Amino acid sequence: MMLSTVAERMYWAARYLERVENTARLIGVYHKLLLDLPSGVDITWYNLIILNSAESAFEERYKNRDERNVLKFMLFDEQPTSTLSAVKMLRENVRTSRDVLASEVWECVNGLYLYIRNNSQQGLLRRPRYEFIDGIIKSCQQINGLLNDTTNHDEGWQFIELGRNLERADMTSRILDAGVSLLLQPTDDIGVNLHQFVWGHVLRSLSADLSYRRTARTRIGGSEVTNFLLEDEFFPRTLRYCHDRMVEAVHKLPRQEVVLKKLEALNGFGFSAESESDLDASFRDYINELQIRLGGLHQCFYDNWFALSEG
Amino acid sequence: MSIDWKNYDAGCFFDELISSPGNARIPARSLVSHLGALGDDEIQMRRDMAQATIVEMGVTFTVYTEEGNIDRAWPFDIIPRVISAKQWKTLDLGLKQRLKALNLFINDVYHDQQIVKDGIFPAHILKDSKNFRPECVGVTPPFGVWANICGTDLVRDETGKFFVLEDNLRVPSGVAYMLENRSITKRVLPELFENDRILPINDYPSKLFDTLAALSPRKIKNPEIVVLTPGIYNSAYFEHAFLAQQMGVELVEGRDLKVGDDDKVYMRTIGGLERVDVIYRRIDDMFLDPECFDKSSVLGVPGLMRAWRAGNVALANAPGAGVADDKVVYAFVPQMIQYYLNEKPIIDNVKTWLCDDAQHRAYVLDNLESLVIKPANESGGYGMLIGPHSTKRQRSEFARLIKDNPRNYIAQPTLKLSVSPTLVDGGNLEPRHLDLRPFILQADDIYVTTGGLTRVAMERGSLVVNSSQGGGSKDTWIVDTEAR
Repeated sequence: MMLSTVAERMYWAARYLERVENTARLIGVYHKLLLDLPSGVDITWYNLIILNSAESAFEERYKNRDERNVLKFMLFDEQPTSTLSAVKMLRENVRTSRDVLASEVWECVNGLYLYIRNNSQQGLLRRPRYEFIDGIIKSCQQINGLLNDTTNHDEGWQFIELGRNLERADMTSRILDAGVSLLLQPTDDIGVNLHQFVWGHVLRSLSADLSYRRTARTRIGGSEVTNFLLEDEFFPRTLRYCHDRMVEAVHKLPRQEVVLKKLEALNGFGFSAESESDLDASFRDYINELQIRLGGLHQCFYDNWFALSEG
Repeated sequence: MSIDWKNYDAGCFFDELISSPGNARIPARSLVSHLGALGDDEIQMRRDMAQATIVEMGVTFTVYTEEGNIDRAWPFDIIPRVISAKQWKTLDLGLKQRLKALNLFINDVYHDQQIVKDGIFPAHILKDSKNFRPECVGVTPPFGVWANICGTDLVRDETGKFFVLEDNLRVPSGVAYMLENRSITKRVLPELFENDRILPINDYPSKLFDTLAALSPRKIKNPEIVVLTPGIYNSAYFEHAFLAQQMGVELVEGRDLKVGDDDKVYMRTIGGLERVDVIYRRIDDMFLDPECFDKSSVLGVPGLMRAWRAGNVALANAPGAGVADDKVVYAFVPQMIQYYLNEKPIIDNVKTWLCDDAQHRAYVLDNLESLVIKPANESGGYGMLIGPHSTKRQRSEFARLIKDNPRNYIAQPTLKLSVSPTLVDGGNLEPRHLDLRPFILQADDIYVTTGGLTRVAMERGSLVVNSSQGGGSKDTWIVDTEAR
């Protein structure tokens, strides 16, 4: 049976890998979005800080909420949500799991770390930025592929699944929250369909636009997009999908009862919004509660498998 | 421009590749002529490739500094060191002979001490040994073997003759670097592996696994084997993880293990506690078990010695094996070989003066300027005096140390260590001093690595090969010239 410490490292490695990729994706989407933004829409780079609930950490460092500062903060600063911090933690977890992971995984992760560390200017300048971000995403995909094809799909793999899907569920809920909060802000009449613009942006942030069109076969509207991202069972970043994968993973692990109950409760909490008018302040409370429950799920994994208590 | 072998001169030292300027030794011939045919840019490209490979593979070792721990890339020279298979055969036999005698000695020391009673080994040296563990008296580990993994350092003098410099019987390290050096060389100079018969070395992890499995107290098909590491801040952590991965066993820290009321060892898994049979421990005796040794140790496992003494778990190397890893005890190995095996030593010791002996001590104190003084129990090249490179002040400091604690010091002549052509900054070829650490495994069977880890003193004229002090390394080729 797998060592508790090893299981925990696999779980965190997967979470940090997901975090590196998610942050890179978000920066990539903002980079493109801000190029064709209609004037009057108050979306700025600073939204990335809000999305990551990192306002106070940002204010501590910077006065100016400009592009360069936000990117420095998100990519390279010594703070827990930056890409560099996440890749360092990923590297540390993989470095200490070299006995269970293929050496190619380590080499790739180490390569990604060196790439991010050595190319900070590329991320801050507009022209080479896209290529830099693209390099990070490709490398994450490569690591995910290697993990999938070279790691035993035994217990360790289930912990990778748990880490990845919990991190994903958390990111999806943040992006949804950011979308709703944008629409709740008062804006001038700007002559474009702001709702469609924002929800389109939410979908792209999750690389879900294509899948949404094929599945929903309808206009891009608030309740439709929200429902899709909450309850679609096939797109790999929805709350439903992440929940189901976690249930599957837990079923293949020892001592599953407590965790299954927690996941059951999350399911019972419900993943849906009835109509556009539901997307108000109370919807934000719902998302907030959802995030608290995801945090509780992490605690539950920890207590059940990782804490070195007497077994 | 390319390498000009005629301009390479090893001076008064024995050179591993070259017999006289422009002439390669037989096993190194195709290597030397191949390197000579490469242009400067080609050589530089191979060096860059090696460097990139090391960084990519994350081959590192940790150095302790005042500012904290630094993970340094492994310093590596692409030009291998070559030894003929015929010569290696003799060394292989000599290393096996030596470890067998050492293990018989350790077992004797913890039982009847017959070698002391027979007047071969002085009682007071044993009594004052820092690494003798009274807790181990009367225990017989599997096969009576205490040191299952040994790293023996070999050096050559100016005539090319091999000597044993020391035996590392506690937690010798370096074998992972030996294996990684070969992987790097295969990537960088693949064409040479097609022509030369370079003997493979990659069976070490499976031999190590077999050695450990043989020690299991439970005679079951799949005994639970773990590698016990002090953690990521240890200088050899890379190697601990590497070996665990190569053997397919768990890498654990002290907190992952627990000794039950039944005196058996368990590891904490996601499914609960699971029995452990064999522990390849890479932490020192003193930190193994806070119940028994250093009370403040957080690296070890409380109760581990209880479990070991009860025969419920095997520890490799066995606690107390370090009693023979002492430079004073080293001086007696030739006598041990004679005493236990009734054989003549195949590989000689370096001439050694024991400061403990009044006559020897007088000689040493009169000749500090030409000798190397070593403390009996340090490793890593620390606490040494290299006479010819020392200041007056250092010499008087050592004279005082020796007089205060003669048992703790030995002296050896300053060796004219052999050299090998090494690429230095700027791409020039210069001779650099080196040694060789083969690894020997003993349980029910005995095995020696094919070659070993070659360590190089990267500074001109330096004799210090330890990686913690600016040493580097080379791949070591045992070449079979007769099989062609």
